[in-house]
Amino acid sequence: MTTTSVATPEAAAADIPKAGFDWRPIALLLALALLALPALGSASTWVTLTVAGLAMGLIIFVIASGLTLVFGLMDVLNFGHGVFIALGAFVATSVMGWSTGLGWSGLPSVFAAMLVAMAVAGAVGWAFERVIVRPVYGLHLKQILITMGGMIVGEEIIKVIWGPLQIALPLPDELRGAWLLGDAAIEKYRVLAAALGLVVFAALAFTLERTKIGLLIRAGVQDRSMVEALGYRIRRLFVGVFVAGSALAGLGGVLWGLYQQSVTPQIGAQVNVLIFIVIIIGGLGSTLGCFVGALAVGLMANYTGFLVPKVALFSNIALMVAILLWRPQGLYPLGNR
Amino acid sequence: MSAVLSLAGVHTHIGAYHILHGVDLEVPEGEVTMLLGRNGAGKTTTLRTIMGLWAASRGEIHFRGQAIHGRETPDIAQQGIAYVPESMGIFTDLTVQENMVLAARAARHAGELDAPRLEWIFGLFPALKKFWLYPAGKLSGGQKQMLAVARAICEPRALILIDEPSKGLAPAIVRNLIAALRELKAQRTTILLVEQNFAMARALGDTVAVMDDGRVVHRGAMRELAEDESLQQRLLGLSLGAHA
Repeated sequence: MTTTSVATPEAAAADIPKAGFDWRPIALLLALALLALPALGSASTWVTLTVAGLAMGLIIFVIASGLTLVFGLMDVLNFGHGVFIALGAFVATSVMGWSTGLGWSGLPSVFAAMLVAMAVAGAVGWAFERVIVRPVYGLHLKQILITMGGMIVGEEIIKVIWGPLQIALPLPDELRGAWLLGDAAIEKYRVLAAALGLVVFAALAFTLERTKIGLLIRAGVQDRSMVEALGYRIRRLFVGVFVAGSALAGLGGVLWGLYQQSVTPQIGAQVNVLIFIVIIIGGLGSTLGCFVGALAVGLMANYTGFLVPKVALFSNIALMVAILLWRPQGLYPLGNR
Repeated sequence: MSAVLSLAGVHTHIGAYHILHGVDLEVPEGEVTMLLGRNGAGKTTTLRTIMGLWAASRGEIHFRGQAIHGRETPDIAQQGIAYVPESMGIFTDLTVQENMVLAARAARHAGELDAPRLEWIFGLFPALKKFWLYPAGKLSGGQKQMLAVARAICEPRALILIDEPSKGLAPAIVRNLIAALRELKAQRTTILLVEQNFAMARALGDTVAVMDDGRVVHRGAMRELAEDESLQQRLLGLSLGAHA
């Protein structure tokens, strides 16, 4: 096949209105962080809380990114997403327990736990899509009911396997403690979690923007039947995205469990509220919106948790209300939905 | 002329509604077949049923001798049928280039698009070159329609189904579109074209099928229908001459 590149004529290019990147949601993040500085009154506290907030936001992004893709591409409201978070966290307790028993602890056991958790959550996600989600494509009310039911059943199965009680998920020694930056304390684990979150974001952005699979996903989010009319089997793509989303939720579960250093069967249901806030703030189906929304939620939770702990729980709801008043379709709404 | 596509006794139900009541239709190879009829006659449903977007509840559809009824839409598209829906089906968040890369199934990225064919398409629709890297959602209605047709022809196809391409477009844009479709016709591209613009129908059509109440009620040469005002009046409730 002959290859080509299309050069836009310079004279014509001058007539083309620019479709610039929308920086205002990013500016909102910066404004949120800068406004917190005078309120906190201490630069070191601000640095500590900002890093903690960004790390928390990136963990939430890892969990929520799969859900927003599943909603965007498949139009599926998966209220059972939390079960993959819980599953990932519990698998991590087992893997880290076995690896410690084998004398193989520290960072390698954390990474092994992440890989196994992703594999198990992805495999269960495949079965979840086939058995629970597939019969209710296009039926939103039934999706909500059946996926919530699926999460309840999943939680009960987790209780059968791992027991109903809280299980400790301690950080390995390498990830304990903090680096001191002046008076600011930067927790080592949060830096690792933030780095992993950025890697996931970069991988998703590359896949969505630079590959044909990503092109198909972005097109499928807008108009599934037209993608099929072009000759692509979008159902296979659905399954792939669902499995990837479940695997990311499993990874997020490990990160969240290590963040809290303990795991309960209800961990998924607890995080579910946060991740739905994030995908609504971001614009349903938008990965970039999910990223910015997650960072905003992480920052807000940390700042208000420090300044006015009593309103911390409410603060993210207030953030969502404020953003939706500004942009009813979310920070980065998708065109055709 | 052999038929590349044939429908025999095709019925389609959408929910509780029985839309097609036994459509019989043949699309000759290398010709432009016009599918005319009043609003609600079943033209769009016929195209969507051919593409498998709505399932035929009864009857048979054959494409190049192979049964395609009951097959999934991607299978039907992969047989070599392109579809331009009435809504145009443009991916508005993607650029013009990305829309074209999606339409070219063999291409993984823009660098793998067929360069001579792309230049030919740019000759037909120069605006697409100008707005190549621009989000398709920002194009005008006419430019979006050009992109929709360009997607359908970015790789060789055995049959192109086009649903009301002139709908809502300014007369000057419609003239451009007619010129582009004439060039496709000159290359012996087989097209099944649903249209309500009778000037366009007369300019492009070789054969015509007129639908009413979910059936094909007339088949013949477009020229015959264009010259017979009483037939137009009987089949369509108007005269083509009045719309030229």
